[in-house]
Order: sequence, then C-alpha cells, then structure tokens
Amino acid sequence: MQLTGAEILIRCLQEEGVEYVFGYPGGAVLNIYDELFKQNKVKHVLVRHEQGALHAADGYSRSSQKIGVALVTSGPGVTNAVTGIATAYMDSIPMVVITGQVPTNAIGQDAFQECDTVGITRPCVKHNFLVKDVRDLAVTVKKAFYLATTGRPGPVLVDIPKDVSQALAEYAYPKTVTLRSYNPVTKGHAGQIKKAVQLLLEAKRPMVYTGGGIVLNDAAESLTRFVRLLGFPCTNTLMGLGGFPATDPQFTGMPGMHGTYESNMAMQNCDVLLAVGARFDDRVIGNPEHFYRQDRKIIHIDIDPSSISKRVKVDVPIVGYVRDVLDEMVKIVESSPLRPDAATLKAWWGQIKEWQRKDCLRYDRDSALIKPQFVVEKLYEITGGDAFITSDVGQHQMWAAQYYKFDKPRRWINSGGLGTMGFGLPAAMGVQLANPQATVACVTGEASIQMCIQELSTCKQYHLPLKLVNLNNRYMGMVRQWQEFFYGNRYAESYMDALPDFVKLAEAYGHVGVKIEKPGDVEGALREAFAQKERLVFLDFITDQTENVFPMVPGGKGLTEMILAEEL
Amino acid sequence: MRHILSILVENEAGALSRISGLFSARGYNIESLTVAPTEDPTMSRMTIVTSGSDDVVEQITKQLNKLVEVVKVVDLTDGNHIERELMLVKVRAAGKDRDEMKRLADIFRGRILDVTDKSYTIELTGTGSKLDAFLQAIEPGVILETVRTGASGIGRGERILRI
Repeated sequence: MQLTGAEILIRCLQEEGVEYVFGYPGGAVLNIYDELFKQNKVKHVLVRHEQGALHAADGYSRSSQKIGVALVTSGPGVTNAVTGIATAYMDSIPMVVITGQVPTNAIGQDAFQECDTVGITRPCVKHNFLVKDVRDLAVTVKKAFYLATTGRPGPVLVDIPKDVSQALAEYAYPKTVTLRSYNPVTKGHAGQIKKAVQLLLEAKRPMVYTGGGIVLNDAAESLTRFVRLLGFPCTNTLMGLGGFPATDPQFTGMPGMHGTYESNMAMQNCDVLLAVGARFDDRVIGNPEHFYRQDRKIIHIDIDPSSISKRVKVDVPIVGYVRDVLDEMVKIVESSPLRPDAATLKAWWGQIKEWQRKDCLRYDRDSALIKPQFVVEKLYEITGGDAFITSDVGQHQMWAAQYYKFDKPRRWINSGGLGTMGFGLPAAMGVQLANPQATVACVTGEASIQMCIQELSTCKQYHLPLKLVNLNNRYMGMVRQWQEFFYGNRYAESYMDALPDFVKLAEAYGHVGVKIEKPGDVEGALREAFAQKERLVFLDFITDQTENVFPMVPGGKGLTEMILAEEL
Repeated sequence: MRHILSILVENEAGALSRISGLFSARGYNIESLTVAPTEDPTMSRMTIVTSGSDDVVEQITKQLNKLVEVVKVVDLTDGNHIERELMLVKVRAAGKDRDEMKRLADIFRGRILDVTDKSYTIELTGTGSKLDAFLQAIEPGVILETVRTGASGIGRGERILRI
C-alpha cells in the first residue's frame, strides 16, 4: 500500500517505539502534524519555543535509556533549535531531530522560511540527512536512529521537504540497517585490556577518573564493581556524576575547575590514571602543560578514538564500549591471584584523607543570609538523594554538582559541554515525561531561568509537577565571580536588574510560587513544595549575593593551583 | 610535516563540505584538495595535502574517520607512494621567446595544448615541486595564467586503498 511521506514518518516513529515527540508546528511540517493528529501512539508535547523542544527531548534521553525525538519547522524553527542540537552534540546525547523543509523545487530560491538546515546544523550533529525522495524516507529514519544510538551517541537530524512528506511511496521499515562507511570499534582490544589491568595492579598511587561515557553506556554498575574490587579512589566529572555512588567512601568528589581539593590533588599526583569515558576537558585537567609536569601512566578507555590522545598523550589506549571493557577487566582481576599491594594502597589513601581534611567544600553555616550551598544540601536531604536534578549553567550548577550526592546515573542532568543557560527547565520536562513517577527538580538561577521561562506554560498544559529551586542572587553569579577575581570588581552588565516577581510570575502561569528570604525557612519551604505532588512549585530563594564557588582553578592554570575559600 | 591523505568517501551531496568543514572548524591546514568519483560511481576518492605535527595529523585522521560518510582514510606519506599534479599554464610566446618556451616545455616533458601567435598553453604533470621548478625556470613576466589541480596520490606496489 502506498503511504504519504508524513504517514511513513509516523509509522517509522511508532516502529521505533517513540512515545513522545517534542515539537512546534509550522508550514513546512503541517503534513506531519496532520498525521500525528490522526493517531494516538506517538504523543506530541507542544513547547513554547523550539529550543525548549530540543532540551526536553535531550532531558528525556539523558534520564532514560529511551531516545528523545524533536520535530520543528523549517527556517526559524530550525535556527531556534540549533542551541539545543549543539547542547546535545557536545554531551553526546542520542536524539533524532525531524525538521520540515520548503518543497524541493523551492530549495535554494530563498523561499519563505527557508534555511540551509543541513548546512547550518552540520557542525553540531553526529550526522544529518536531507531526504529528497520519499522512497528514501523510511530507510533514512532507520539510519538516523541507528547512528544516534550506536558508537559515540549524538543527535542526528532528518530534513524533510514539504513535497516529500506529501508524496506517496510503498512503505517498508527495515529491521536493521548497515552503512559500509560506519563501523565503530565497540570491542576493546584484549591485549590492551590485559596490559591496563597489569598496570593498575602494580600501581602505587592509582586514580580512577570517569566521565559521561559511563552514564551514556549504562556502565555505572560495572564501574562500581571494578572500583570496589580494587579499592581505588574514584572521581566523576560533571558529566559523569552518579557513575560511581557519591556516598561511597571511595568517591573523592568531582575533579576540575570547581572540583574537590582531594580529587584534583589525586589526579595530579597519581602514578596510574585510569580514564573511562572522559575526555580530559579543559575544565577538568586545567592547563595540559601543568598536568604533564607530573609523570604518570594513563590508561584511557573510550568509544571514540578521536577522544584518545587529543589533549593528553595516553600510554594504554582502549577503544570500545566502556561497559564491556570494564566487565572484562573485572573478570581478569577476579581470575587473577594478584591484588594491589595493601600497604602501598593504604599509604596512598592516607595521603588522600589528609587532602580531604582541607574540607574544601565548607561554607559559613551561621550566615544570616541564605547560602546557596545550604539550599542544595537541604534539597538533597528532603528528596532522600533520589530525585532527578536538572540544572542551568553557572554558580548554581556547580553548587548542585558539589552538594547533591548522586548515587545513581542519569539523575544529574546538565549542559556540561556547551554550557547552555536555559537548559534546566525544558530538560526537566523531558525528564518528568520519561520518569512520570519520579521527583524532578531544576536547580536554577534568576538569570538562566529567564532564558526559557516560557516553558512554564508547557508544564501547565502537561501537568508536570516540577520543583524549581531558584538560587536568586540578583547576579549572573559566575560572571560576577570572574569579574571579582580577575576584573578588579568591575561588574560589567552582570547585575540582574528589573527582575520579575517570580512568585507572581509562577502564579500567572498557573503554578505555585514561594519566596524564601531567611535560612530558617529553607527547609520548611522545600518540604512543603515536595509535598505538593501534583503542582509545579517555583521556589525563589533570595541568596547571599557575594557567595562564590570554591575551590576554583582559574582558567589556564594548573589543576593543583586552586583558590580555596579560606585564601580570600 | 607535509602529509598526503587519501580518503574514500560516499559520493553524496554534502560529503565534501563535511570534510572541508571539519578542517576549518578544527583549525587544520588544507594545502590542496582534489576529489572525483572512483570506478565505483557511489564512491569518491579524495586526496588532501595537509601539514602538521604527527599528533595533529593523527587527530585529523581520527576526526576524518569519525565522519559517517568517510569509508577509509590512509596517510600515503606513511609509505612509498606516487604523487602527481596537473598544471595548465598559459605563457606569452612571441618573438625570440617563442622557441625558448617550446624547448623549456620539452625539457620538463610538458605538452603544448593550445597555440596562438602570441601564446602557448602548456600542460605539465609531476610532483608539486617539479611544477614549481618549471614556473621558476620561466620569467615571471611571461606567465599569463596558471591553474593547478593539487596533488593526487596512490601507494606504490601492493599498497591498495579500496573497501
């Protein structure tokens, strides 16, 4: 039977088990919306701005093992979506983006709402397609899902001109698809794995450093088993939080620019560093020249060969799915009589414990003002450490990462690579839809939240009972912090003037708003908010304006050249 | 160091811009780039001449391999290889220079493809440095126009690049 392109697309999405499509209609996708209307298997979530659709699909992907799908129209629909696509790309989030395009005969004519979608998005997708013939549509959609979810994941975009979604073709959805040009290496090299285990068993000062790859490859259990088996210290990057339980005594906190003193010292001073699904990002290792000064052997496990030896030379590279490689390493260790030397490891832990005594995350608990760290600590307590936490970008993001102890993967949802303000609220919508029974909170700031605040309306429409924790310091806090440290206290344009009344704003959108101004009211307000299971609650915490994020490795400095709170 | 990368790539619209976009986005050099379909019309072969440290070229190769439409990448400079470039050059050929130009073309094994009473158009094939040498051998003033293809390369002997 012949189907239209739009029908074919919807059938494909059904075949892929797609539950939600996040989108916004427009001229070039009307055929597709008409087909969405005629069925009820694939549900559509109408956002208020295309950026929101992409972040929501992204949050949906990150918080589940399902794949987020977004649908936007041509031209401005696409350009609005670009920030969301780039956000997902930088963090390797699997996602399929369907975009409408002007009819094929109008392409290149500067038609109404035309833009070169494939050209504009090329540098920020894993791959993209322009479907020029309806007969290619089903196989292209299959390829998109296949590419997005295999190898190093990422967003894949399918651009569908309006005449293609209208044209007729026989429908057949391929069960599998292969591309001769795409064969990622997924199985780690056995010899290299043995070599890595050998090196780790002989290490005097071992350190395990893991990133988002653990979360993306669902390798948290394998990692935890491996790290506990060897008794090594373990740090998770901003993208990798929850990969190893934060409450485990072997966890040393996050590394990097705002990482813990002990993690950074251990990263720098270890003699064998095991990096898994991490990429030696500038925010993690600081200045690579400084990082090199200490002699250490590095083992790097990653699915993407181009991540290996990109910023830091590696001694034992292993390309493959990190979960399988870690499982293999566990097997080798378990079948070997060798164990790390207990006395040497104890001495190393002694050193790490000494670093921990710096208590680098302490802050003033007696302040008359609300300390943002305190709010996050209370949030952790009240949600029993079991909530899904999304965040925007800035100081609040760092405090959430530092003070909320993530014991499980996929619970911490943030834009780590691109650092997209406005991510938190729409991402939380996707998280809630993927996990309808879960508690979902968005830790945000008064600057970030205003970048996608229109999505409060979407939350109302779909009854998403999110809890927004607004750490309101009336500044773009991280910008203000850099201006204080490096620009002689000249706070150029970082003050958030003329802020809205967030309580009234929340109410105007049909939600509950609460303003909290005293430390003594923090806990009660959080408890009441989380007790309101059916309502979105906007908690506007008026926090200490001058609070800074510590420790801090200034940009371009070495990992151990940290500024600690006491030094100021 | 100078490297010659041979790339097999799906013969699809946009593949070239994915590759050139990769070079510009990551700040890699392109000295020259040539591309045309192979005997299998679904596939193109590209030769890119680039320069950079070993680390940079390793990264370029990895990044190229990561592109979904790239089938295979080989660094020809890793082994013995043949490299050729085609140049067409139009020169002033009048009066006493006319015979001299013909002799010079012969010395460089060039062929004269087109003749007017004032000019020759000469075809030359060789390595880039041979073409440079020819241009240096003639007076700059007589060169009217040059066009070069950039290098194409192939491995020597049994070194074969195919899927």
